[in-house]
Parts: sequence; structure tokens; C-alpha cells
Amino acid sequence: MASTIRVRAISNGEVTEVQALIQHPMDTGLVKDAKGDLIPAHFIQQLTFEHNGRTVFLADWGPAVARDPYVKFSFKGAAKGDDLKIAWVDNTGATDTMMAKIQ
Amino acid sequence: MTTDDSLPLSRRLVLKGAGAVALIGLGNLALLPIPAIAAANDKYPENAFKQKSDADAIKALYGRTAEASDKVKLDVPEIAENGSVVPVSVTTTLAGVTSISFFVSENPNALAASYVIPEGTLPHVANRLKMAKTCNVIAIVESEGKLFSATKEVKVTVGGCGG
Repeated sequence: MASTIRVRAISNGEVTEVQALIQHPMDTGLVKDAKGDLIPAHFIQQLTFEHNGRTVFLADWGPAVARDPYVKFSFKGAAKGDDLKIAWVDNTGATDTMMAKIQ
Repeated sequence: MTTDDSLPLSRRLVLKGAGAVALIGLGNLALLPIPAIAAANDKYPENAFKQKSDADAIKALYGRTAEASDKVKLDVPEIAENGSVVPVSVTTTLAGVTSISFFVSENPNALAASYVIPEGTLPHVANRLKMAKTCNVIAIVESEGKLFSATKEVKVTVGGCGG
């Protein structure tokens, strides 16, 4: 299966700007489907970004984060060509992980 | 692979594999000693996400109240036609920022997202939130143990929380 995570991490030499887009329904558990049944809550709870084994950004999310979540942040201390590890876990225990190269 | 010699080895490999999966999947539950170190600060704030009002959610997440600060710059659209995708970002000139959180006051549960900002990460986060109706978006910045907030109203044309 193709990864659910798309990441662009660009370093200007000092600061690395990271933009991530994740495919996930982020169902709140409040919305009904066409038959009138509630769609159960299904959302990412934690998203982590690691550089050289160090967590550089950690997101705790509730269901109020929009579907197919997007997040942007910047951190210092990385160089072009370094690996950035991205992982998420949702409220059903499902996970996905990917490694991205900092450009 | 079915001889007596290789069986314990392959079983160990299977267990190792299971451990690796648990590290990724259950790390936030602190079931294993290694992620427990990281999980001390990084545990998912389940209780704060269950609170209905923004005041209760802030109290559950941080255990104290925030003061409004013009050093917290909250960027939201004035009018959001679609409440299910509202771009929200915050940046601050405060030093020593350790976390940034977003609250939507009239959502079923006010806390939308909370971000841990380790040293070396800039205090600037952009994301996209759902909003049930026209209400305030509150950004909280934790800086050197104190809480600073910025609040802005967003007019929502079509709510994005269903129901």
C-alpha cells in the first residue's frame, strides 16, 4: 500500500521547513452516513517527527483536525540529505511510518 | 525452519517483530520501557480532548489559566465558507516555547490540537481545523512555564462537525 504520508522537508542551511499531508478520514463520530447510521470516530491521535532519533515535533490531535490533515513547522539542526522519520497512530491503533530525505 | 535448533531462533525473531510493531503502535501507552522515557512528556492527553468547554480543556491540559498576549500572533480567516477545513496558524516572538495548542470554543470538544515544541523547533505551527459554527479560535503558547493566549473569531458559513 502506498504510504498515507506525504512530506516535504526543505533546509536552507539553518532551518528546515517541514510540510506534511496525511491521508486519513479524521471521522469525528458525530456524522451520519447515507443510511442514517453514525460513522464511528476514527482519527489520528499522535503524529511524531524524528531527526537522528530525537523528536523534533509531536502533534496530539483530536477529531477537530480537518480530514486529510496538513501541518507545517520548522526546526533547526538538520542538514540537507538527513533522514526525517514520520509516524502516526490513530484511535483504532492503526499506524503508518515513513522516512523522508531533507532537501 | 522446522528443526528443533532453528525453532527458538525463529520464535525470537517473531517476538522481536511483534515488539517493533508494539513500539510503533502502542508506544503512547507506555507498555514498554524504551518508549516510556519519551512517553513521560509525550503521553496523549486523552482527558483534555474530552472536555467540552475551552476553559475546562485548558485546565485539563495545562492545569492553569492563560493570559492574553499580543506576542502571540494567531492567523485565521475572517470568514470560513467551509467549516470543515479552516486554515489556522500561530507564531510568537516569545522565547522558550515548549508547546502550542489550538482550541475552538463552540466545537463539541474545544481542544482541537496540541503540539509539543522541543528545543530547536521554531514556535510556529500551521494546520487546518474543523469548526462547528461561528466562534472563537484560541491559540495557547506555553513559554517558560507560563501560558499566553490569542483569540480571534471566525465566521463560519457551513459548519464542519456534522450532526
